[in-house]
Amino acid sequence: MNWLSDDAITRLQAASALPDLAGTRYRIIQRIGSGGMGTVYLAEDATLGRRVALKILDFPDASGELAARLLREAHILARLEHPGIVPVHDAGTLPDGRVFYAMKFVEGQRLDRLIVSMGAVSDRLRVFQRICDAVAFAHARGILHRDLKPDNIMIGPFGEVLVMDWGIAKILHQPPESAAESSRVARDAMARSAVKTGHGTILGTPGYMAPEQARGDVERLDERADIYSLGAILQFLLIGSAPAARAVVAIARMAMAENPAGRYASASRLSEDIALFLDGLPVSAYPENIFQKAARWGSRYQLAIVLVLTYLVLRAVLLIWFRR
Amino acid sequence: MNKIVYGLVLGGILGIFDGLTAWFTPAVRSQLLGIVVGSTFKGIIAGVLIGFFARKVNSLPLGVLFGLGVGLLLAFGVAAMPSTTGEHYYLQIMLPGGLVGLIVGYATQKYGSRSPASSVRT
Repeated sequence: MNWLSDDAITRLQAASALPDLAGTRYRIIQRIGSGGMGTVYLAEDATLGRRVALKILDFPDASGELAARLLREAHILARLEHPGIVPVHDAGTLPDGRVFYAMKFVEGQRLDRLIVSMGAVSDRLRVFQRICDAVAFAHARGILHRDLKPDNIMIGPFGEVLVMDWGIAKILHQPPESAAESSRVARDAMARSAVKTGHGTILGTPGYMAPEQARGDVERLDERADIYSLGAILQFLLIGSAPAARAVVAIARMAMAENPAGRYASASRLSEDIALFLDGLPVSAYPENIFQKAARWGSRYQLAIVLVLTYLVLRAVLLIWFRR
Repeated sequence: MNKIVYGLVLGGILGIFDGLTAWFTPAVRSQLLGIVVGSTFKGIIAGVLIGFFARKVNSLPLGVLFGLGVGLLLAFGVAAMPSTTGEHYYLQIMLPGGLVGLIVGYATQKYGSRSPASSVRT
């Protein structure tokens, strides 16, 4: 009798773990990564001839809870059509019983890996603004992300900023226009896939989770929980950069206030404060004294001041010359 | 701030300073206010023209040359105006005028947005 080698066994195990895509339009190219709910594969969509990312449950989910969660994530993504949120193309069940959904394949790098090569603070803040914009859009559509962190932000090769992994997102409310427009079938699907997170259940990532989220106070969670995470991301973005201006540090601190009432009321307001800072204007999180105001004003109009002084020097030279 | 507004503000500020330097010429000190107003107005016109040019043409050398030309031309117009003494201070007026145009030409090419609307958040 011949024994199988370890290498052959490993290859057999890998092959048996692969999802069965027979009869579907997809063909797996390679495994990209895995998460709590399933594995993400790079696949080819044979019908449209393009590459997609397939998120597939690791096994047929008998209880249906994980399958419902995955489908729910797909439904949430379908609701969030925004340049800063990865679009979903398709969802369904594979012949082997595993639930999947297909989304845009984003070739890029995760923010936590890209940070070392990111340059000026202003560039980092512009990336941060794009994250805020995507989150603000989701909030406007009644969705909380609940797991915002650098690992879940993807930067594309052309500078696209995409917020990923909406697996533990919470639906706060149905936006009125969506409720009116969406078909009954879509609403039913959403209801079937709705998974409630019980009180006391802690979902999220330590260090990026708001205190109320870390306590498992699920019922009280609102947009300000994501604001806290955005503040933590802002703090992360400032690591390794030139000493950040006090105003930016103050913005991060305000976003990460222990009490939700002390945080920004919305991701848009947070983004606006960053925009004000980038424009050299005062930010709401940082009250300035007269000297700081003067320094900021001087820095903002540096060029104009230099040009006027240059003119005055040259004018003085001309005056002296004319008098001779 | 867009290029036209940038040119207008900078041209106006430099025009004020340009007019104020007349104080150092005792012969015209009594007409200082009129000179400052005229000079500011001249600076504003030059700034708007140069800013408009910068919005259309994206070239530092051309922008500086155009600024110098506009500054000199407007200053020539002022210097050639009939005066009570009959004297014309071409050099004393045109050199600083050209300087204003040159600086505004440089500034509007380097800074300010091309869109007509201001990019500053309020």
